[in-house]
Amino acid sequence: MPTLEFEGNTFNVDEDGFIDDFNNWNEDWVKYVKTTEGIEELTDEHWKVITVVQDYYKKNGIAPMVRILSKVTGFKLKYIYELFPSGPGKGACKMAGLPKPTGCV
Amino acid sequence: MAFEPNEPQEKIKYDEMRIYSDEELNNYTEEELKNFKTKHDTPMCDDLESGPWPSFVADAKREALHRRKLADDRILLSAETVEDTLGQLEDSFVDGETHWKHGGIVGVFGYGGGVIGRYSDLQEKYPAVAHFHTLRVNQPMSKFYNTDFLRTICDLWEYRGSGMMNMHGSTGDIILLGTTTEQLEPIFYQMTHEMQQDLGGSGSNLRSPSCCLGRARCEWSCIDTQDMCYELTHYYQDELHRPAFPYKFKFKFDGCPNGCVASIARSDMSFIGTWKDDIRIDQDAVQAYIAGDIAPNGGAHAGKDWGKFDIQKEVINLCPTACMWMEDGKLMIDNKECTRCMHCINTMPQALRPGADTGVSILFGAKAPILEGAQMAVLTVPFMKCEPPYENIKDLVEKVWDWWMEEGKNRERLGELIQRWGLPKFLEVIGLPPMPQMVTEPRSNPYIFWKAEEVPGGFKRNIEDYRVKHMR
Ligand code: HEM
Ligand code: HEM
Ligand code: SF4
Ligand code: SF4
Repeated sequence: MPTLEFEGNTFNVDEDGFIDDFNNWNEDWVKYVKTTEGIEELTDEHWKVITVVQDYYKKNGIAPMVRILSKVTGFKLKYIYELFPSGPGKGACKMAGLPKPTGCV
Repeated sequence: MAFEPNEPQEKIKYDEMRIYSDEELNNYTEEELKNFKTKHDTPMCDDLESGPWPSFVADAKREALHRRKLADDRILLSAETVEDTLGQLEDSFVDGETHWKHGGIVGVFGYGGGVIGRYSDLQEKYPAVAHFHTLRVNQPMSKFYNTDFLRTICDLWEYRGSGMMNMHGSTGDIILLGTTTEQLEPIFYQMTHEMQQDLGGSGSNLRSPSCCLGRARCEWSCIDTQDMCYELTHYYQDELHRPAFPYKFKFKFDGCPNGCVASIARSDMSFIGTWKDDIRIDQDAVQAYIAGDIAPNGGAHAGKDWGKFDIQKEVINLCPTACMWMEDGKLMIDNKECTRCMHCINTMPQALRPGADTGVSILFGAKAPILEGAQMAVLTVPFMKCEPPYENIKDLVEKVWDWWMEEGKNRERLGELIQRWGLPKFLEVIGLPPMPQMVTEPRSNPYIFWKAEEVPGGFKRNIEDYRVKHMR
């Protein structure tokens, strides 16, 4: 598993750039992922999505369905793509430190 | 009527777009091919070069040699991508297991699908397939091409990919097999900016719709499958590119019940063309069939002697509803008993045609076995008119999606949701009354639910009132 250094942190990531363990997440990770996921400026709205995703994951052990993410944040899917150009899975979940989405993607 | 695209289309001119010269495209001789040794020994793969069927191994070797002979700066992936693919495949043949790692999440900005990420688990041994991502490219309706388009996409793929393709994936897409993460955005850029060509769908969304060739080349097509498929693909681009559903969802369009795109088995929402007036009969042509002047089934059984055509045996007696007979030398059909199975039309295409009052039947819920077992689609809308711009169809699609998006569990196909909630609930959702045509047979168990308002007095009862008559 490749490791990468960012602002004094060491992160273990897989080939898709997902972090190895949710517990190793910190705010610097978000700043790092920003550089690869086509995000110019991190806003409160980015953080809102990240927090919702993380809270849901801590409580339920899975990522929220897109519909639930939209409902809880109040952001339509289109707007989530404006915030995270790779979308809720590759963009937001990666940033939030969740495990990589699986299934027939 | 000629096909009209929704937006102006620039003609792709290969001569302006080409990357490789003719010399580069034909850069090896058959002699060289015969003597060509691939990088890895692949005895089991080599075995598959024998026999009459076109061998994918032989084709792969041609491509491998072709890439070896291109100059290094004329391809962006390793020249050995094809050879490493064969090498890893050989290892899989030997080990009896796959050598691709689990999953993979890659894509292009703005979209949530379209690319299937994949990495080798033998990267040291086969570095050229360490990354081996697949792009789904949305195919033209019914897969009609001109060579300018195909040559252009081949050049692009040779340059930025492995040069290997799947024409086409089962859902319909052109499948570009094997490239690296860095190449995804450039490929996407070139396809969209220079070829007006978009990706197909993957993930929990609307997948690339597909259709039979319909009116383009079939006299039985009751609907314009291509136009409909194209229109709905365009109309629902958002749903195709940005997964918003509980799970995947597929549309397929068959022009008639013959089902050449197998929509009834392979789409969550299956459109099948049909008619509701009478089968059109040309009695002279019927006589020509009987006389043996026209071969039955368009000559499809010519490979064997089945004897002289016998209309009684081959058509009338095989009609599933027995609604045909001969009268005074004329073929008669009791159309109100005809289930439009296509058998007689298939057998005598020059004598019989579908009716002229055409539309679609819409069936829902087909899916592969995971999780709750395989399902074919269930007839739900027996007949619906379907003319551009298909407002009534879109209305129905959206009712279905609204319900499934709200009620569908994570990774639950529409067919499973209908099973879980029951067909009556589904009918309520789409606003149709139940009809006998919606079932093959009535239920045999008596576990019948009633709604409170259907039962006089409702469901609220007081045991004390009951005890007045029935002592404990
Ligand atoms: C990582 C997992 C998977 C990958 C990489 C994958 C990949 C693919 C690809 C490339 C196609 C062809 C697409 C096209 O023709 O456009 C396909 C079709 C299909 N996949 Fe998957 N798939 C995966 C998982 C699954 C699962 C779990 C199921 C079943 C629940 C499934 C069911 C199907 C079916 C039924 C088709 C054919 C659809 C049709 O006939 O139209 N796949 N898949
Ligand atoms: C020792 C316990 C029980 C005995 C001896 C018993 C006996 C019977 C008998 C003799 C019948 C009539 C069968 C017929 O029509 O040929 C019957 C019907 C039935 N029993 Fe039981 N039963 C017992 C317990 C239960 C329990 C615990 C339930 C449900 C939780 C139950 C539900 C039914 C039902 C639904 C019917 C059918 C009624 C109908 O056809 O209208 N029985 N039982
Ligand atoms: S499904 Fe029917 S209309 Fe379409 S190509 Fe097949 S036979 Fe023709
Ligand atoms: S279409 Fe089928 S059911 Fe109808 S008349 Fe022909 S054979 Fe009979």
